Amino acid sequence: MPQLACQNLTLGYEGKTVISNLSFAVNAGDYLCIVGENGAGKSTLMKAILKLKMPASGQIITGDGLAPDEIGYLPQQTVVQKDFPASVREVVRSGCLNRTGLRPYYNHAEKQAAEDNMEKLGIAPLAKRCYRELSGGQQQRTLLARALCAAGRMLLLDEPAAGLDPKAAEDMYAIIAKLNYSGITIIMISHDIAAAVQYASYILHIGSQTALFFGTKTDYLRSKAGHIYAGWR
Amino acid sequence: MMDTLILYFQYPFVRYALIVGVLIALCSSLLGVTLVLKRFSFIGDGLSHVAFGAMAIAAAMNLTNNFLLVLPVTVISAILILRAGQNAKIKGDAAIAMISVGALAIGYLIMNLFAKSSNLAGDVCVTLFGSTSILTLDKTKVYLCVILSVLVTAVFLLFYHKIFAVTFDEDFSAATGLRAKIYNLVLAVIIAAVIVLAMNLVGALLISALVIFPALSAMRVFRSFKAVTVCSVILSVVCAVLGILISILAGTPVGSTIVAVDIAGFLAFAAAGCVIRRAYIQ
Repeated sequence: MPQLACQNLTLGYEGKTVISNLSFAVNAGDYLCIVGENGAGKSTLMKAILKLKMPASGQIITGDGLAPDEIGYLPQQTVVQKDFPASVREVVRSGCLNRTGLRPYYNHAEKQAAEDNMEKLGIAPLAKRCYRELSGGQQQRTLLARALCAAGRMLLLDEPAAGLDPKAAEDMYAIIAKLNYSGITIIMISHDIAAAVQYASYILHIGSQTALFFGTKTDYLRSKAGHIYAGWR
Repeated sequence: MMDTLILYFQYPFVRYALIVGVLIALCSSLLGVTLVLKRFSFIGDGLSHVAFGAMAIAAAMNLTNNFLLVLPVTVISAILILRAGQNAKIKGDAAIAMISVGALAIGYLIMNLFAKSSNLAGDVCVTLFGSTSILTLDKTKVYLCVILSVLVTAVFLLFYHKIFAVTFDEDFSAATGLRAKIYNLVLAVIIAAVIVLAMNLVGALLISALVIFPALSAMRVFRSFKAVTVCSVILSVVCAVLGILISILAGTPVGSTIVAVDIAGFLAFAAAGCVIRRAYIQ
């Protein structure tokens, strides 16, 4: 049984259909990259997977022991965060909030999880630093640590390398690959076809309204869509 | 100088003013950090105008305790404004502007039409700038104020981490199973409660100052959410006490004196922030 399955999904906003009749499935340990041009509906699809948006029709089912809110999410940076006074530790710990319920403080296990995830992503020495004063790569790693605190089995990454310099972007992809290797399912949304075909095991290419391609990376490179978008390489 | 103060503090209404002033300063600065960071600095302004309108209606209806009308009306408006920020055809700032000027105009109109007192201009001025209303508090209002402040502080402390998360990243919170919408609602309700409280201290027009100055000052110097929150609370209370004392000694209007002290505090913190940053870089 797949961890996440979308069946005949149709999505849209204000009466306009963005994606129609999309089906795909993600199994535990997969690395799926969702690619497509601007306006193809990548963000809309992501919001639907995160249950931030109701699908117009069709279903998104989680299985294999994964609860719908057990998807760690790495969003793109918002304007608000640019001058937000918060320490790295405060941001990372906030990932544990979905487990605290009505308890107003973090317990020992949650604090420890935050420390472990900071250690894992190499930002432990930055714990007391202010989030807004970090480099782009460090900020992304902070948000990734927060996502890991929220969910340890599946991560949904929205343009994780956007706005990073090439070295930081490469580091970021390496970290994500490492997390995937350790068994975490990765769903990544990206403009970066080169990175997608380098790291992902599956590709979902969405274009105007319908899925142009869903399958393994190898098949993608042989497909028509793959030829057009990645073939020139 | 001490003698004058001791003399004044023999009067209960002066003591009440100080108690209420400290409580209001505390509550408003607690929320200020979140409001400033959520880009809702003007919400205090908008809501206070709504409260002004409600107060005018309460006065026209001859209600003895206008809290009963003003508080619910303001709470509902707060919810509407915060919701409007999310979807809606009219965007956040425009919605606030619309509601606030609308309420102000209607309030003044009603006050004019149904005015009981001969000193209408004076009444309006008091409601807008709170010049003397804090010195006319009776015991019930003081108790009400204490209860509301305790509630606001308790809610804030209980939901502190959640408020942080929803402020920092609403989408992430919602996606990982935090009921972000409910916390926004909680926030809206306590903001409204604070606004209604604060009208007694500084009047409708100056509430924003009480909400944003301490938060902005603290953000110049401190770098974590906790430090900023704690600092802005302390600063706000200190400024309120200083402002009230100065206004007693110098005979100036209470509300604007407190705001003037807040501005001075902001300038001092901004300067300190510059010095610290420079030292940090070197």
